[in-house]
Amino acid sequence: MSLKIIANLCTGCSACEPECPNEAISELKNLFVIDPDKCTECEGDYDTPQCVAVCPIDDCILPLQTQAA
Amino acid sequence: MESAAASYVSLADLKSSHNVLATPAEAPAHVGCGTSGGEGKASCGTSAGPDDMPAHVWDKVKNHPCYSEEAHHHYARMHVAVAPACNIQCNYCNRKYDCSNESRPGVVSQKLTPEQAVKKVVAVASEIPQMTVLGVAGPGDSLANPKKTFDTFRMLQEQAPDIKLCLSTNGLALPDLVDEICKYNIDHVTITINMVDPEIGAKIYPWIFWDHKRITGVEASRILHEQQMKGLEMLTARGVLTKINSVLIPGINDAHMIEVNKAVKARGAFLHNIMPLISEAEHGTVFGLTGQRGPTAQELKAVQDACMGGANLMRHCRQCRADAVGLLGEDRSEEFTLDKIEEMEVVYDLDRRRTYQERVEAERQAQHAAKVEALAATEGNEAAKDIKVLVAVATTGGGRVNQHFGHADEFQIFEVSAGEALFVGHRRVDLYCQGGYGEDEQLPSIVNAINDCHAVLVSKIGACPRDELKGAGIEPVDAYADEFIEKAALSWFADYTGRVARGEIAHAERGDASIRQGAFTAAA
Ligand code: SF4
Ligand code: SF4
Ligand code: SF4
Repeated sequence: MSLKIIANLCTGCSACEPECPNEAISELKNLFVIDPDKCTECEGDYDTPQCVAVCPIDDCILPLQTQAA
Repeated sequence: MESAAASYVSLADLKSSHNVLATPAEAPAHVGCGTSGGEGKASCGTSAGPDDMPAHVWDKVKNHPCYSEEAHHHYARMHVAVAPACNIQCNYCNRKYDCSNESRPGVVSQKLTPEQAVKKVVAVASEIPQMTVLGVAGPGDSLANPKKTFDTFRMLQEQAPDIKLCLSTNGLALPDLVDEICKYNIDHVTITINMVDPEIGAKIYPWIFWDHKRITGVEASRILHEQQMKGLEMLTARGVLTKINSVLIPGINDAHMIEVNKAVKARGAFLHNIMPLISEAEHGTVFGLTGQRGPTAQELKAVQDACMGGANLMRHCRQCRADAVGLLGEDRSEEFTLDKIEEMEVVYDLDRRRTYQERVEAERQAQHAAKVEALAATEGNEAAKDIKVLVAVATTGGGRVNQHFGHADEFQIFEVSAGEALFVGHRRVDLYCQGGYGEDEQLPSIVNAINDCHAVLVSKIGACPRDELKGAGIEPVDAYADEFIEKAALSWFADYTGRVARGEIAHAERGDASIRQGAFTAAA
């Protein structure tokens, strides 16, 4: 259960990083990535995934599964 | 509203007469001059510029190019992009680029870590003694991720204590951070306020990120509005100077701008900068895509004029690029790229900076004296009384008419009457002269950009553009090359009204001009 940042949509703005309750987001070559082992989709902490709510780009952060499919 | 009008100085007081004797020299810290509440009109004689602004306010603004109209000729500011995150979305912003609030739209600044930023600032300040102000602006909101902004300020203050600090914000996070701001001794804050009515705000802001949720619609703008007003009041109460930026969006907040002006004035805003929406489809902003247009020069000026007498209006803002280096309107950032800075041996020379700044003070005194002298020339001319015209000026800085018409990529616009030459704005144009040859296709666009002016003051001009300008009804003037601008404009005005009085020419009004949208991004 994890979200994933779509690299070619991410602007590297860093808005998501400090919002994550699990410190799952980190910078990688001017873009940001989610550690799937740490991401809980914010369950138990907030009603909505914080990174999605703050990200300025539509559909930049999606469930990991839809990626695989 | 306890905090209203605390350090407020009205526009008329700031710019008009020179009643030197009326200076309230003993004004207490952070209080203007005993005006209270209500309309907040400062009633004592705190008047313009060096002679007659309250000393504590003048001290704060005099070397800040964004605040003092005089200072922007001599001093430089620099912005660093250390805080790219943002907590709201504006319809005029594409977040792939810089924050449109404080920067030129459609431009990407180099993102720096606080350490890199401080190194860059110290390198620039050592090289360019005019550099007196560091700002943290876009891309992003300086307070959305405050740690980076404050880390930068703290480190810089340790290394270069004479540099002033400022930041710009959309205001959402401001109330929570005002005390932090005061701790770092940051005495200029810019807040972008586009509305004081959430219904109007809903057309400008699609959402905000607030209390761990994305909030949309009128509710989002209501929260933003409340935070902005609260933040402004808190800053005023603590004696921090505030500049309000407003983006003028025709059909959305143009008729409303006077309300914004009143609201920020009542809360003690020091300056109100109304700037045109820059909106092009290729920027990919919501407004760019919906075809929302920006204002024409006349529309912008009409709103600015309507707001005169409110908070001081600032008209020289160029929506400069966030990482630009140099005097307003010039850019030396190429000399200070990250690679070059890494190689520099930086010695921070405070004495050299002081010497330069003393020289500038002397130059400013001379500029002021020249203006007083020129004002005398129109005295007694009846025709001059009812005439008010705009003139365009080509300058490379230093407050003088010193640029060749063909080399100007921007004209400063002055409104001239018998009593004063008032800076009212600037117009970007495409360079007429490229590689030494006049480009005739560029000329019509330059004429359009200054079509509301009666004259254009330059150091030199070729025969061809001279004739074309005359044909369009704009008088090309090179008789005042290297004179101080205000003196030149007033002298030309005396000459012009003299000719009108003698019946040699007839005075006529001029038309509107267009704000050159693409010129802001052409260099990007
Ligand atoms: S969904 Fe929540 S836990 Fe997962 S990365 Fe985003 S903010 Fe962190
Ligand atoms: S908020 Fe979105 S665009 Fe910004 S860094 Fe995170 S994923 Fe990238
Ligand atoms: S505050 Fe600045 S960065 Fe944020 S959306 Fe508005 S213009 Fe863009």
